[in-house]
Amino acid sequence: MTVPADLDRRFRDAAVQAQLLDAGYDIVESPIGPLLVAATDRGLLRVSFDGGGDPDAALEHIARVAGPRVLRAPRAVDTARAELDEYFTGRRRAFDLAVDLRGQPGFAVSVLAELAMVPYGHTQTYGELATRVGNPKAARAVGMVMNRNPLPIVLPCHRIVGASGSLVGYGGGLERKEQLLRLEGAML
Amino acid sequence: MDAVVTIPPFEVFYADHAGEVLSLLRRRVGRDRADDAFQETFLRALRAYDRLEHGEHLRAWVLTIATRVAIDTHRRAGDPIDELPELPDTDGRPAYEELAFLTDALPPKERAAVVLRYGYDLDYEQIAAALDSSPDAARQATSSGVRRLRRRIA
Repeated sequence: MTVPADLDRRFRDAAVQAQLLDAGYDIVESPIGPLLVAATDRGLLRVSFDGGGDPDAALEHIARVAGPRVLRAPRAVDTARAELDEYFTGRRRAFDLAVDLRGQPGFAVSVLAELAMVPYGHTQTYGELATRVGNPKAARAVGMVMNRNPLPIVLPCHRIVGASGSLVGYGGGLERKEQLLRLEGAML
Repeated sequence: MDAVVTIPPFEVFYADHAGEVLSLLRRRVGRDRADDAFQETFLRALRAYDRLEHGEHLRAWVLTIATRVAIDTHRRAGDPIDELPELPDTDGRPAYEELAFLTDALPPKERAAVVLRYGYDLDYEQIAAALDSSPDAARQATSSGVRRLRRRIA
């Protein structure tokens, strides 16, 4: 038997209302494809580009970090959805979202904290970011942190480029990186 | 060594069992009251979910919760709960299968009596014939089985 959509939605809303979830997530449509967005009571936990496919692997990962009570619950990501919509329509240049970096190693947390300060529409090199966390030789390690960034777009790893100005790489594919930089007017 | 069965993300568990839970509740409490009972069942499951030690028997677990919620629904409404209401089966699954997860642990004679009475809807004469005993003994086995189940569920 299929559960009617309104009943299904009622339960998901009630679960958020009762604060019973370790993490709530939803699929958020965007110009660079559907995003899987997850949040906990501490803040935004995950933005992932596999919003279009089978979410099982992403859900397992979220459950390992936050706990097993992971449910698709649109209300849990209402704020994040609104800010992402504003960003993609050019009405927002900085995110006001709390972030939940549980499960991230200490080095990654300090790199991501610096990354968050790279302004809209600007780029920096991996080496510059490494220097700012106090370790100029760690460009490669910084690259790894960018590659595993749990909150792409919101923590703007698309603004980090190679020393020659080439885009180098992006967890979501170079095409998306270029699209984001164009949106921000960083590429002409 | 057996692999540890880890608890799946709640979304996966919910997607696997929501339909069956709703269909059980519609039979037990009727269509009008099934929606509230459905929500209550999965909220109760959520409250207990992070305390589960493994991911085995999740279907039996959630059907047990649904059964308790159905009993509470009748209790709140002041319905007599000695006889569980027999509502039409909507998904073609035999009703006695629903009882299996509850009755599996009963002593064999009580289990047979309960399943024949409530699963197959036989009267005590027929149960006595099936179990090769008397109608009184069949009635007794059925009610002591139901009492045992009620103690377990309460």
